[in-house]
Parts: sequence; structure tokens; C-alpha cells
Amino acid sequence: MSTIRLDAASRWYGNVVAVNGITMTVGPGVTGLLGPNGAGKTTLIALMAGFLSPSAGSVTLDDAPIWRNTDVYRTIGLVPEREISFGYLTGQQFVVANAELHGLDDPGAATQRALEIVEMVEPAGRRIGTYSKGMRQRVKLASALVHDPEVLLLDEPFNGVDPRQRLHLMALLQRFGVEGRTVLFSSHILEEVEQVARQIEVVVSGRHAASGDFGEIRRLMTDRPVQYVVVSDDDRRLAGALIAEPSVVAVSLRGPGAQAGTRGGVDVSVTDLGAFARRLPRVSRDAGVRILELAPTDESLESVFAYLVGR
Amino acid sequence: MRLVNPTIVRLSGQALLGRRRGLVLALLPAVVVALAIVVRALTPQGTGYEIVGAVGFTLALPLVALLASSAVLGPEIDDGSIVYLIAKPVPRHTIAISKYAVAWLATMVLGALPLFLAGLVLDSSDPRRALAWTLAGIVAGTTYSALFLGLAALTRHAVVAGLLFVLLWEGLLGGLLNGIRWLAIGAWGREVAAAVSDQVAAPGTGLTYAVVAAAVVSLGSVWFAGDRLRSFSLRGDE
Repeated sequence: MSTIRLDAASRWYGNVVAVNGITMTVGPGVTGLLGPNGAGKTTLIALMAGFLSPSAGSVTLDDAPIWRNTDVYRTIGLVPEREISFGYLTGQQFVVANAELHGLDDPGAATQRALEIVEMVEPAGRRIGTYSKGMRQRVKLASALVHDPEVLLLDEPFNGVDPRQRLHLMALLQRFGVEGRTVLFSSHILEEVEQVARQIEVVVSGRHAASGDFGEIRRLMTDRPVQYVVVSDDDRRLAGALIAEPSVVAVSLRGPGAQAGTRGGVDVSVTDLGAFARRLPRVSRDAGVRILELAPTDESLESVFAYLVGR
Repeated sequence: MRLVNPTIVRLSGQALLGRRRGLVLALLPAVVVALAIVVRALTPQGTGYEIVGAVGFTLALPLVALLASSAVLGPEIDDGSIVYLIAKPVPRHTIAISKYAVAWLATMVLGALPLFLAGLVLDSSDPRRALAWTLAGIVAGTTYSALFLGLAALTRHAVVAGLLFVLLWEGLLGGLLNGIRWLAIGAWGREVAAAVSDQVAAPGTGLTYAVVAAAVVSLGSVWFAGDRLRSFSLRGDE
């Protein structure tokens, strides 16, 4: 059982702060590192993997500093987002080389075991250059698993991987978590993280925005006013009717659409999504307004994250 | 700590020979030897010996060292794939030394050895002169490959920096300003050659200085490369 600890860890490049005072403990089980692109996930993983020195604070593995400590790699397996450029090697050769570099007693057997886990035994005789994205991802995973590490760090492991292989990878990560390994992977997709991770850490703009199991994170992200735009043939009348609804906390008219007949629309902030969905048809019919369009305006993950940060 | 890791040596060898770079690398010594054969076939023995010094030693040798040293380290650092090699319980200095061993061997075989061959082809009556240039090639090649490895660990523009060093600093400025011999690897090599054969003109730094300077630069550069690897940072695309 191994634990990675960040204690007020920061990392900046000149004036740019990539990671801002993050305190976090990553223990056994699967932890998802969730955040939009550019949030500092890769920087965090680099700090945990000893490929970046913290500008302030500390990053430790079982109380030993990770930076400039090559012994941590006996415990840590790293799957970087970076592609393997050893396209001239076969998958087998690549994994064997990794086993040898770990100084394992029987690199061949360790390679075989790792390739079996990721189900790459058969294609391992082919050159990496011929692999699909998902196969390369699995060979990378095999190379990180070859020394049976206690800790596994994966940077965006599901990116660009086709759905079938993605399910396979997810099942593997869950299995490693159940085995008691410390598994951390990053992703910018909530659904992905939810499916695999027991614990979720959310980072936004280099800050630790939230932490908890997926239920808590899901609630944090959904229990908030949701924005819709409703376009109708009489926006002003509709707005008047909507503000009377308990599920609606704010309405505003969009630009010139205040005149009936033009396509402006009404921005609506809704707290109780279910009630709003049930009431909207009745409200519009009672008001004699025809709804032309209904669309969420901020379902992008960025706005969800922005809400978490502003909380 | 083991100084050389066989796995790193094998992978670096594959990186060196497994790509087109390997061809270019082999082309340089081939040109030097071929040139010697052509000149020898057309002229009497001993004519055109400048090919060994001016082409083989001054041009081909540093270029071979530059290509070899940057090939074993540069691309992996550039695309970040070196993380796969160094996320391992292997001291980074061992990795640097292993990579250096491969670049050094390539420089010896493809940079220094051709000097001996070309020298013998051009004048088989004076093997001492050929040997002198070969020793010069060994000393200078050892130093060049170390320096260029350090450059490859320092900057992604190592090839350009190395070319500037060879062509501008040692070549052009070295020809104009006499004092540059104190800081020119080629001059140190010539100094060694001059000590072996009186057919080679000594640049005038003295043999001791030349050998010590070559050793200091070689050891310092390889150590520096290892130190850079110890601090290797992975930067995201963000």
C-alpha cells in the first residue's frame, strides 16, 4: 500500500502558475483527476511522477520526496500521455526493455505477464509503428505494469481510444484498484471518471476545486442553476409567465427579441430541472405562446467547472 | 552504481542505426575513404594528404560525432519519449554514460578509423602519419561526442549549435584568430597528432594542455548530460 501526498504543492513557470497550492492525498484504490484541458492535470501528474520539481510545497511517496529520486520508480508505474516514439521496436521488445531497466530477475516472464494483463500477447510481435491508438495505449500500460507497481499514474489514458478498448482499459483500472494498488488517472470527461474512480479530485485553473466520491461531485455539479434559452413567438409574454414558476430563479430577454415575432429568446435560470421540464409546456400553452426552440446554454464542462470554482 | 546499462546501450544503438540517420552517418566516412582512393588512383603516393586532415579530421569527424550524439539523445528528449527510459530505478548518470558509450563507439568507428584507412591509402609508406591522425581522431572524437551529447541534453537546437561550433568557431574563426586553439577541440587533436608524427603541424597549445583540456571537456560534458537528465521535466501541452 503506497500513498502519494501533495502538501501545498505549487508549480509555476515564470509568471504562469500551473499548479497552485494543492494539498491532496492519493491512496489505494482508483482516483480520478478531473479537470478541463489546461487545468494543470499533466503538471500534477508530472509532479507525482518525479518529472517536475515543486516550486513550493512538497510531493512525497510514502514520505520520501519524489523529485530527483529514481528509487520511486520501483513503486511507481507511469503511463504518460506522450506517444511512444519507439515505433521501430515491437511491442514485445519495448516491454522487455522496460523490464530490464527495472532490473527484474526474469524480464521475459514479467513481459509475458504484463502483456497478458493488457491482452496484447498476440500483437506484441509486431512493430509499435503499426499499432492502433488503443493498442499503443495498452502497450504503454504493459510497460508501466511490468514491475508490478504499487502506484500507477496515467495521464489521459482514454484519449482517442475506441469504445471497446476503452471499456477494457476501464475494467483493468478498476481491477488494479480492487487489488489495493494506488491508481490515479486524469481525464476531462466526468462520465469517464465516474465510471472508474472511487475518489474524484477536481482541478480547475491549477487549483484544487473539489474532492470526494463521485456522488458528491455529481451533486456539486448538478445542484446549481442551469441556464436555458427558450425561443418563442412571444418572448416577453413567455418571460412573464416563466418568472411566476417556483423552479425559475431568473429570466431575461435577449436583445431585440423583446419585440414579438423576432428570434431573440429568453434566458432562463432553473434550479429544479424536473419541475421546469414538466411545467414548461403547460405554462406556454396557458400563456398562448408557441415555443420554437429550447436549448441548454452552459452544459459545457468549462461552465460546470467555473461554477465549482466560484462556489 | 553500474556505469553502463546494457539495455540503454542496445536501445540507443537501435535508435542510431535503425533510422535514416544511420545511412548519413555511414556516408561521411565512406566519402572520405572514397576520396582518398580516387586521389591515390590519379596521383602519385603522398599527394593530396590534406584529405585526411582537412576533410576527414576537420569536417567528417565532428559531423559524425554531432550526428551520433544528437541521435542517441536528441529525438527522445524532443518528443518527451525519454520518460519511458528514465522513469526507472536507473541512475540518470548511468543513462547518460550509456548513451555516450554508443555515440563514442560510432564516432570511433565512423570518424576516427576512416582517418587511418584514408591515411594508409594515400601514403602507405608512412603508417606513422596515418596513426598520428587516428590518435588525433580518437582524442578529438571522444571530446566532440561528449560535448555534443551535453548540447543535446541542454537544447533542442543541439545540431545547429554543434554545427556553429564546428564550422564557425573552430573552422572560420579558428582559421582567423590564433587564440581560439585554446578552446578548439580540433586543435587539441592536432596537437596529439603532432606529438606522434612530425608531418603534422602543432597548433601550439602543448600536448599536456591539449590532453587535459580534452579530458576535462569530455568528463564535464557527460556529467552535465547526466545532471540535465536528473532534472528532466515533463511539460504538458497545456
